[in-house]
Amino acid sequence: MAARGRINIDWPLVVSALLLSLYGIAMVYSAGQTDIPTFVARAWRNQLIWFMLGLAGAYTISRASVRMLEWMALPMYILTTILLVSLLFIGKGAGTAASTKSWLVIGGLRLGQPSELAKLTVVLMLGKVLASRREPPKSLVDLWKPALIVGIPWLLIIAQPDLGTAIVFVGIFFAMLFWSGISWRLLGLIASPIVSLILAGNAHFWLAWFLLLLALVFSYKPYLWEGVAVISANIVIGILGPILWERLQPYQQNRLRVFLDPSVDPRRSGYHVIQSQVAIGSGGWFGKGYTDGTQKRLAFLPAQHTDFVFAVVGEELGFLGVTVALALFLTLFLRVIRISERANDSFSSLIAFGLLASWFVHVLENVGMTLNLMPITGIPLPFFSYGGSFMLASWLAIGVLLRIAHEGRGGKHGPFAI
Amino acid sequence: VSFHPNDVARRARAATLISVGLMLFLTSAFFRTQILHKRQWVLQSEENRLREVPIPAPRGFIYDRKGKIIAENVVGYSVSVLAQSEDSLRGTLRKLAGTIQLTPGQMDQAVRRYRRAPTRPAVILNDAPFDVVSVLEEHRVDFPSLIIMSAPKRFYPDGPAVQPFVGYVSEISETELGQPQFAAYRAGQQIGKQGLERQYESVLHGQEGSRYVEVDARNRVVREQGAQERRPVQAGSLQTNIDLDLQLYTAQLFGDSLVGGAVAMDPETGGVLALYSGPSYDPNRFIGGIPQAYWDSLRNNPKNPLYNKALQGVYPPGSTWKLATAILGLQENVITTESRMPQACNGSYFFGNRSWACWEKGGHGSLSLTGAIAQSCDVYFYQLGLKLGLSRLVAGGVALGFSKKTEIDLPGEIKPRYPDRLEYFNQRWGVGGWTEGATSLNLSIGQGENAQTILNMARFYTALASDGSAAKPEVVRRRPERQKIMNLTPLQIEELRAAMVGVTSAGGTAASAALTGVKLAGKTGTAQIASLGRSTCDHAWFVGFAPADKPKIVVAVMLECGGHGYLAARVAAAIVGKYLGVQPLYLGGTQGD
Repeated sequence: MAARGRINIDWPLVVSALLLSLYGIAMVYSAGQTDIPTFVARAWRNQLIWFMLGLAGAYTISRASVRMLEWMALPMYILTTILLVSLLFIGKGAGTAASTKSWLVIGGLRLGQPSELAKLTVVLMLGKVLASRREPPKSLVDLWKPALIVGIPWLLIIAQPDLGTAIVFVGIFFAMLFWSGISWRLLGLIASPIVSLILAGNAHFWLAWFLLLLALVFSYKPYLWEGVAVISANIVIGILGPILWERLQPYQQNRLRVFLDPSVDPRRSGYHVIQSQVAIGSGGWFGKGYTDGTQKRLAFLPAQHTDFVFAVVGEELGFLGVTVALALFLTLFLRVIRISERANDSFSSLIAFGLLASWFVHVLENVGMTLNLMPITGIPLPFFSYGGSFMLASWLAIGVLLRIAHEGRGGKHGPFAI
Repeated sequence: VSFHPNDVARRARAATLISVGLMLFLTSAFFRTQILHKRQWVLQSEENRLREVPIPAPRGFIYDRKGKIIAENVVGYSVSVLAQSEDSLRGTLRKLAGTIQLTPGQMDQAVRRYRRAPTRPAVILNDAPFDVVSVLEEHRVDFPSLIIMSAPKRFYPDGPAVQPFVGYVSEISETELGQPQFAAYRAGQQIGKQGLERQYESVLHGQEGSRYVEVDARNRVVREQGAQERRPVQAGSLQTNIDLDLQLYTAQLFGDSLVGGAVAMDPETGGVLALYSGPSYDPNRFIGGIPQAYWDSLRNNPKNPLYNKALQGVYPPGSTWKLATAILGLQENVITTESRMPQACNGSYFFGNRSWACWEKGGHGSLSLTGAIAQSCDVYFYQLGLKLGLSRLVAGGVALGFSKKTEIDLPGEIKPRYPDRLEYFNQRWGVGGWTEGATSLNLSIGQGENAQTILNMARFYTALASDGSAAKPEVVRRRPERQKIMNLTPLQIEELRAAMVGVTSAGGTAASAALTGVKLAGKTGTAQIASLGRSTCDHAWFVGFAPADKPKIVVAVMLECGGHGYLAARVAAAIVGKYLGVQPLYLGGTQGD
């Protein structure tokens, strides 16, 4: 029996997270190495400090029982919601997204982005609600609580507006529903309005999807009113979609448009993604050498320390560096899946999987964006992108996962204990 | 919730599959971009950071016949800026104006150059003085997009003396940029504007080189990249027929006071030994932009220095044309060199209800052709003209080449004015508005519908200085081109030359232009200009050659408002004397037309 306060460490999890963080800080350092120096040259030091804080936070949180997290979920969720509401009045923008209200600033001091905290608390709250059920949700009406839990912060973040982070919440929602054992066909029905939204621009695609949906409805045989609700939601969105499009902010429209065809506007929003591809593509097998990327050095690459830090990896360390980074992420993901699988209770299992979903969406969206596979949403890359809140939040999540691993099957009898 | 271990394991497998699938997908996407499409992106990355900066090629040198330098290059500096947009260029220019002197005109010019060729550095100063360059080098940090480089600058060591044939170079104009023959040129480049510089632009231009500078996203020059330099190719040089010493001497003779032109040719080859138009201007001041004050002073100068009097001025040839009348008379067998006219000269000739004056009011008495040439007797040539008749005068003049350009290898030559057929007079004066007799009388003494360039008169006299073949004038050495224009026996030519020697001998009209030891053959002329609104003045002409028996140089001199022909003859004699190395012999004697 381990001493009180000591836990068995899941080393693959910690080592992959440590390596990712050190790799990331090294890239933030390189991002500051430009021919004409800017404030970014000093960013790596801040990042290192946040990393240290993150380590301390992870250590602390790993000492707390998962039950404590479950107990804290509701108060923290309420607190987060209050913070998000207050942002609508006192929120400030930053950097390339100066017009948004994502930052909590008090007395000139940037305290962080509450939406980062919201990712954690939504995972906890959603885990708590889903875990409290005997059966996985079987109908739409069963889903009103989970939908509300995600929907409130989601709407508040949309209002900032922060499209990228809002997408993460959608990812968390569906991933955790999936992990709760929901039928994939019901998942399909829930997701169907989103698919309709994406396909709304093209009448043929939408019609094809709509026919597929009808088949799904008949095969799942939901309550009549549910079937009607899903189908009418799809119809409304398929028709409202184009109208909603008109109401998007011009820069949001641009980002989506540039995603579809980056050459439409090469000097403005499309410029970013083209320069990112130039940086990555010119890296080749082994890259131009650490700190020697010309796209970055000469400031052709925008947001090289935040949104596009992965393009610096591609340019300076080449395909090799990219593969190493992606392999580290995969190691982390597989380890978290394993932790979810072996968790002692459904709450622990659900929140572990929710945290995984959050990272997963970030990596898919951020890395995909650097190659123009995803729309530009200004979403950071975990452990890499410069930004204190996210580094801290990621390491707090590692702390939670360590705790779950410790409490789960196989964790207690692991070879290492501190 | 369903957390039976089997369910969870199934979902974990699905999640694992999705995670691995995503990573494989991303990895393959990176493989595609970084490995398969690498070349395209590398190219774009290089295009991003490297800016081509042209290195102008040094122009070819121009040499005289003895290898002396007429045009060369010296070290100059050009200042240009790598602009991202017109706005950023204007911003840089405004900032620059706070450091160096920059006129609004120069700023607009730089913007125009940018618009014409946005990918090239926009030239701000073509020829920056050294003190401006050192100020800019000092403030280098403030102007990171500035490119200062040494550029070869055209230099004419003898400036104004050689300008009439060498021309000058300057920046290519908007109009020229639009012309197909200059399609390869870019805004800001130098181009020959006049004279040899223009005529032989393709020879002298050379091939521009380039080097690359590394810039950042805001076009700030981060480092100069030497390695990928493409060296400019220096152009070929031009070997001319010009005798630089003679040219300088001619320019010196004209000085500041004489207005007119002079052409010296080698009668054998047609090579132009000297070609001058006075007053001249300094082509060196035209390089890198003409200072406005200098330009204004040239434009407002009543002596018209911008106008090349040897190539572009046409003047009635006056009595220098009497040799043409004489040649036609001999060719048509109307006269011999000993023939006398029915009426001796008593100072005037009565024809068609009016009296036609001879320049010598006292009359010359009865003269042979030889004497009539030496003394330039108008009455003799009036009668010869009437004997020939207008159609033979017109056709003969055309055959002698008075209606055509010489086709010298210089741009801007003006076509002489000479009627090419009788119909011309009807068109000019209307049917019945002219009479054949009066017109013949005028033409026979080089007046009337006849205006020649100095160059064309020199070309005509090369035929008299040889076997009757006129040599095409050429500044740059090539194969001589000669054309037989008159059909006279060697004896007749010899007799005409003897008559022309009489001009510069005692009793001739230009006796004061004789040379020691060498016989100068020639003909004076005084052309009367009756121009409206301006006071009339006489242009002084002399066209001749020496030595008379074996001519080595043909000279044509015309002085605007120079008064009597003997003044032009003195200038011509000095040029000939310089070339042949003999002294003028100042004789007294009659001086006249």
